[in-house]
Amino acid sequence: METLAAQLLIAAVKAFIVVNSVLLAAAGLVYVERRVAAWIQDRIGPNRVGPFGLLQPFADVIKLYFKEDLVPALADRTFHRLAPLISIAVALSLYAVIPIADYILIAGERVYLSVAPHINVGLLYVLAMTSIGVYGIVLAGWSSNNKYSLLGGLRSSAQMISYELTLGLSVVGVVMVAGSLDLYEIIQRQQQVWNIVYQPLGFLLFLVASFAETNRAPFDLPEAEPELVGGYHTEYSGMKFGLFFLAEYSNIVVASLMMTVLFLGGWHVPFVPQLPQWLGLQEGSVGMALFQSAVTLSKTAVLLFLFIWVRWTVPRFRYDQLMRLGWRVLLPLALLNILLTGLVLLVV
Amino acid sequence: MNITENTEAQRLSFWERLYLPEIVRGLSITLRQMFKPKFTRQYPEERWEPLGSYRGRPVLVLDEDGERCVACGLCSRVCPALAIEVQAGETEREKERYPVKFEINMLRCIYCGFCEEVCPEEAIVMSKDYELVFEEREAAILDKEQLLVPIAQLQDRLEFLRRYK
Repeated sequence: METLAAQLLIAAVKAFIVVNSVLLAAAGLVYVERRVAAWIQDRIGPNRVGPFGLLQPFADVIKLYFKEDLVPALADRTFHRLAPLISIAVALSLYAVIPIADYILIAGERVYLSVAPHINVGLLYVLAMTSIGVYGIVLAGWSSNNKYSLLGGLRSSAQMISYELTLGLSVVGVVMVAGSLDLYEIIQRQQQVWNIVYQPLGFLLFLVASFAETNRAPFDLPEAEPELVGGYHTEYSGMKFGLFFLAEYSNIVVASLMMTVLFLGGWHVPFVPQLPQWLGLQEGSVGMALFQSAVTLSKTAVLLFLFIWVRWTVPRFRYDQLMRLGWRVLLPLALLNILLTGLVLLVV
Repeated sequence: MNITENTEAQRLSFWERLYLPEIVRGLSITLRQMFKPKFTRQYPEERWEPLGSYRGRPVLVLDEDGERCVACGLCSRVCPALAIEVQAGETEREKERYPVKFEINMLRCIYCGFCEEVCPEEAIVMSKDYELVFEEREAAILDKEQLLVPIAQLQDRLEFLRRYK
């Protein structure tokens, strides 16, 4: 822990674990999405590859690797190659700060489970990185030299920038309540009462904005297939397309984790915050960390199901409806939420 | 032209305009749909059994006295896709004509059932056979041996023809 080399090594090990489990989770999410979609449409869904079709995403990835990697003749090759890398790198880097469980005590040292724990700008980092994610999509659309890709990229940038304002403003209420941008701190403050109780409007706004931010239905306009063919990834094939796909699903997982951390109390059990103590789990033990991870991840799983569920329920918005909702409804509501939170904090 | 009047948005009630209650209603519908019985048939394991009215691969009827076909050539004549080729031969038996060669090119057949309709002997009928896959073009031309099917397997179709033809 003392030397820089040791710290780097620990961070690298953590990053390796986190990145791989994120990719696994994204693959699993693709499977769940296809299965839930099938159920909602009275179908069965993929059930051939492996038990219950669980190996379907891996079969898909293998297929993607063997596909021909096409680049349009007049595309800007550098940026065409760079765009999916930006998307996936940004999506994965978000996990550096997100806490899934509290620390584990190893030889008297507190070892945190996220790569960069207790960053005092943790929340800001997440918001900033999601903004950078737009570059991947815009560059993909522009460098493909295809009008549909370009339109998809443009729409996406406009949409993401519009909804980022709401996203950012909707968490200001949480920050005001918690008094910190540190995600660990925000979770600690929710031990008794979750933020969703103090910030119901904030939660709703964050939910809607994160649907738009992750390009999910009903806000999946960048890839509106009836109008734009495939949207920004029309000209991508093979694993480059696969990277966009993984980034999208990884972003959904981030959005769900962030909602869990910011509004749903992170690893705290609802109604009975003393439950781990009753179960005889020590603060800082491995069992405690596993318990906390299970709580966080099950909350996240519910939200992930919500993402999929909504996609197969609500039809896509028209572009003008999307912009009107973003600027004329959600943004004023977010500002109102800040005003109300401020007034309540002033009075109490 | 004033298009802002009487738009869809203005005709909605307050709660409908809030979107959220309606979205929740929609979600409850899709959730209920998830637990309903599925329509998917797991094909290779669960096969589909067609009814008598199904027009599958055309076959020649083989009854107790042998093949029914008398090689009149009407099926070959009526076939819009020119899929059937018949060559007649003669025997000393009471039913003296029989097909020496009877071929159906399954790459040409359009399963219209005209051959069956025109046949005076009820000798060519549409079977329930729908798994028609060939590894080479030559294999798709079925000869008489491949076309002859015992009458017991064609009862559904024959009954259908007698009732509705």
